[in-house]
Amino acid sequence: MSESAPVKDNYLNSPKGIWSWIYTLDHKRIGIMYLAAISVAFILGGIFALLLRLEHLNPGPLLFTAKQYNQLFTLHGAIMVFLFIVPSIPASLGNFILPMQLGAKDVAFPRLNLTSYYIYLIGAIFCIYSMIAGAADTGWTFYTPYSSTTDTSVISMTLGAFILGFSSILTGINFLVTIHKMRAPGMSWFKMPLFIWALYATAIIQVLATPVLAITLLLLVLERTMNIGIFNPALGGDPVLFEHFFWFYSHPAVYIMILPAMGVISELITAFCKRDIFGYKLVAYSSIAIAIIAFLVWGHHLFVSGQSDAANSIFSLLTFLVGIPSGIKVFNWIATMYKGTIDFKTPFLYALSFLALFCIGGFTGIMLGALSFDVFAHDTYFVVAHFHYVMMGGVVMAFLGGLHYWWPKMFGKMYSEFWGRIACALIFIGFNMVFFTQFILGSKGMPRRYFNYLDQYQPLHAFSTYGSWVLGLGLLLVLIYLIDSLVDGKPAPANPWGALTLEWQTDSPPITENFTHTPEVHHGPYAFDKVKPS
Amino acid sequence: MTTKVTQFVKHQVAHHFDNAEHEFDAAKLGMWAFLIQEILFFGGLFVAYFIFRAMYPAMFVEAHHHLSWQLGGLNTIFLITSSFTMAMAVRSAQVSQKNKLILFLVLTFLFAGGFMCVKYVEYMTKIHHGYLPAKWFFGTGTFDTEPLFFGLYFTMTGLHGLHVLIGMGLIAWLIIRSNRGEFHKDYYTPVEMVGLYWHLVDLIWIFLFPLLYLIG
Ligand SMILES: [Cu+2]
Repeated sequence: MSESAPVKDNYLNSPKGIWSWIYTLDHKRIGIMYLAAISVAFILGGIFALLLRLEHLNPGPLLFTAKQYNQLFTLHGAIMVFLFIVPSIPASLGNFILPMQLGAKDVAFPRLNLTSYYIYLIGAIFCIYSMIAGAADTGWTFYTPYSSTTDTSVISMTLGAFILGFSSILTGINFLVTIHKMRAPGMSWFKMPLFIWALYATAIIQVLATPVLAITLLLLVLERTMNIGIFNPALGGDPVLFEHFFWFYSHPAVYIMILPAMGVISELITAFCKRDIFGYKLVAYSSIAIAIIAFLVWGHHLFVSGQSDAANSIFSLLTFLVGIPSGIKVFNWIATMYKGTIDFKTPFLYALSFLALFCIGGFTGIMLGALSFDVFAHDTYFVVAHFHYVMMGGVVMAFLGGLHYWWPKMFGKMYSEFWGRIACALIFIGFNMVFFTQFILGSKGMPRRYFNYLDQYQPLHAFSTYGSWVLGLGLLLVLIYLIDSLVDGKPAPANPWGALTLEWQTDSPPITENFTHTPEVHHGPYAFDKVKPS
Repeated sequence: MTTKVTQFVKHQVAHHFDNAEHEFDAAKLGMWAFLIQEILFFGGLFVAYFIFRAMYPAMFVEAHHHLSWQLGGLNTIFLITSSFTMAMAVRSAQVSQKNKLILFLVLTFLFAGGFMCVKYVEYMTKIHHGYLPAKWFFGTGTFDTEPLFFGLYFTMTGLHGLHVLIGMGLIAWLIIRSNRGEFHKDYYTPVEMVGLYWHLVDLIWIFLFPLLYLIG
């Protein structure tokens, strides 16, 4: 902070004081508060992951007992899914960017937005309480009948997820209405940035799928407290019903996570190739297509749960269908790069990492959607590797890419490009060391969620653990240089990347109401051939 | 009319909306999205109901005889009437009739309260005779799985009852604000939104009543 330059009023410094943050209705501040909260969750879940990998350095007990190991992977999964990935891009980056990309002053319901945030915090408190009061050991999927009988604190964890679900639903409703009602003059549906389309598709899933999770978890709580018997075979209930209910939400939830990530990638690729997106409408519609198909594939998690052959075949076929809109997006992104003026800045490196890792995650998803292969690979490390390629290789890469891309806008500071590139490379290499190895482990028969393993798997397990250190180091670097940039970073110009979407037309950091004049939109969000970026 | 206008409070449109209509449209769309998620929330319970009814048809018929269709019917009348009075309340707000608005809201509140009282009597009889979920069940039944029916019964009507209670809270809040003259032809968004919510609560009961009380 140089003393000579006068500091302009912006959303960060006016109004001042801690209470102005606690009661804030500004979507940007709420986005920043989410960013802080999910970062804490990500660090916590990441530490659990490192500990889990460390335990597997050698066969036999090293740090934990078998039960502690079960609790740790449950906490890792539940925290990463419910506290980090689901809210990550929509609630932090989305909250900050969505109204600005629309040219609006705020989301449609600012008070509801703040309420969602505090509901999120209450949910987080329940999850943390579960952690200290005999952490749940069911896995993040809470399958019955084990979850209705284990003596660990399943109730507080499921209540936590239940409450977090409401936060997610309310955010979804808010974004849905914002996108419908708050677009700047001239911004028709097909002039919206693709990030908005992605958030729109996400909001649809949040509103339609999350309540089913809510009722499922509530039934599980009632099962444990009141013995209602719905999931208990001894009372005439059906534990497989839980799996159906759970995956009816949790498969679409995968798209709650990946769709916003795909939206970020569309922004990054156009901005750093300085080219209009190839096939705008197809990319936009494919988000909606994914949201629709998302509801029809949950049965692929039950291929070995006694589902009928007919149901299995149908679910398998429907699962393959997801490949089509996903493929459309990938090809269109690549086609966008063709003959573009590519600028290999850190966010773009993350976009490239996303493309590589998401393709591997997607293809192995198609493999697992095939019945014959799934029966072989079910509940092995192959599945673990697959969904980490999608969740971490896909969503987290896009999240980091988006975070770097919008960081100058959020805080008005530039991070170190040099360290950004190094960290991205470390993360990419470390990630593949951890999880590509797990594809091999899985194909050799290593079952997931096992505390111990046969000696023959030791070299691969150890390699995966070394990878986790590289990955951890990369992420630590990101944390360090981003925080450092807040203190020592160069001031960011309004539009450091030369992008065309509306958020770059206002100051970095923006003023409280985003724009001094409501912007008017005359062209598409990526019309680089028509407009010179200011 | 002109003399009455003075008793109303002028509504301030939130800063990020263009005008009152814009604000109203946004609220209405949000409310519909919320109602859709409510339907899916209860949808899970209805799916569970149909699965178990298909699995144990005879048990469902036997178990439902322990419910009183007369009391259930009375409650149905209560809720349908309350939906009507709620609709009248919205209408009164739209034409700035403050006293009628308060009257209809109070009536709606009373019918809702009547519903909860009947529900209380019903629950007490079930608890007294032991028609309860699983380990608390000590009623007489020909089927082992009968507690499952009561597990579903208490979950479905319990969650619905919770929604009625929340609705009563909202209506009470509307009564207080109406009394201050906050709702009139230029601003009645909260009345309309609570009205929509209340109709949904009514609608869910319209499905619950035949499915639980009138089987066979
Ligand atoms: Cu799935």
